[in-house]
Amino acid sequence: MSMLLHRREVVKALLAERRDALVVAGLGSTAWDCTAAGDSPLTFPLWGAMGAAAMVGLGLAIAQPARRVLVVTGDGEMLMGLGSLATIGVQAPRNLAIAVIDNERYGETGMQATHTAHGVDLAAVALGCGFASASVAREQKQLEAARAKLLATDGPVLVQFKVVAEKLPLVLPPHDGVVLRDRFRRALLGAR
Amino acid sequence: MNELDWPREIYDALKRSGVRVVGYVPDGGHKRLIELCLADPDLRCVVLSTEEEGIGLAAGAWLGGLRCALLMQSSGVGNCINVLGMVRECRFPLLMLVTMRGEQGEFNPWQVPMGEATRTVLESMSVEVHRIDEARAAAPSVASAAERAYEIGSAQAVLIAQQVIGIKSFQEQSAR
Repeated sequence: MSMLLHRREVVKALLAERRDALVVAGLGSTAWDCTAAGDSPLTFPLWGAMGAAAMVGLGLAIAQPARRVLVVTGDGEMLMGLGSLATIGVQAPRNLAIAVIDNERYGETGMQATHTAHGVDLAAVALGCGFASASVAREQKQLEAARAKLLATDGPVLVQFKVVAEKLPLVLPPHDGVVLRDRFRRALLGAR
Repeated sequence: MNELDWPREIYDALKRSGVRVVGYVPDGGHKRLIELCLADPDLRCVVLSTEEEGIGLAAGAWLGGLRCALLMQSSGVGNCINVLGMVRECRFPLLMLVTMRGEQGEFNPWQVPMGEATRTVLESMSVEVHRIDEARAAAPSVASAAERAYEIGSAQAVLIAQQVIGIKSFQEQSAR
């Protein structure tokens, strides 16, 4: 078995232990990864609003301080919302974690290189923004510790997973935004 | 000078509407309202690095069961355009309070293009636009927009005219 990380395995491993965590999935590959790991009403996948995933996570973390909130997003999506790392660092939500699935590519548009392919270090940016913890995971043996950090330690936490750049079959979540919104709120808040 | 403390009236209207989270980019026109919000321990105030972050914040807060209002200047509306697509597709409630620049009394010509485009941009992204041209209209306009946002589930923007804010120069703004 390869030592390198594959995105579907990483996301599957993270979500297998999510328990009652609330999940926000960034648009594109990470939304498909989360769906491939098992769709849930408490996963809110974005189909657009590129750059907004971390902020949706912050809003959710503020509204639900007793629940873990896990944002699963890509390097390109995170780069578009880089300022939100500063905003999150200032708010310092203890229950918010961000997993960046970093294949160093824009996967939906032809696998063009992102800034992370040229050395931009998102974990270093997060640390510079005041995150409680931020690190890079590159190998299978780091996966378990990374998962524990994302799901259990005081946030804000960011783990940047360096994964193999690969094209995978699409596994699409529901795309009707009102359905996604309503199923999430119903599962979390009950009938309203 | 305005006799009426319209930022206080807007603050009271937000509180009555059950707003619990306020996202903002620091702004001269909203200075007093932001200070009132910051002084309120029951409001979670989130300072943003760009206004578009506020759209995600408000969506996440709503998913988690809280009402969020956003305070910004007209220039910031332009920063929100693409992410407003999420608001429309998910029919998220949204309440934006926008202080206008580029209108009568503007001292910086670079504020004029976005000021002129603000209403068009919002309406083109299906945000319902209301406008406050005098201080006494502030509270009822905000209360009405908040009800339409949170009770119906729609996107609402309230534009506060530059003449209501009354800043005429850089010196005056920095002295506030």
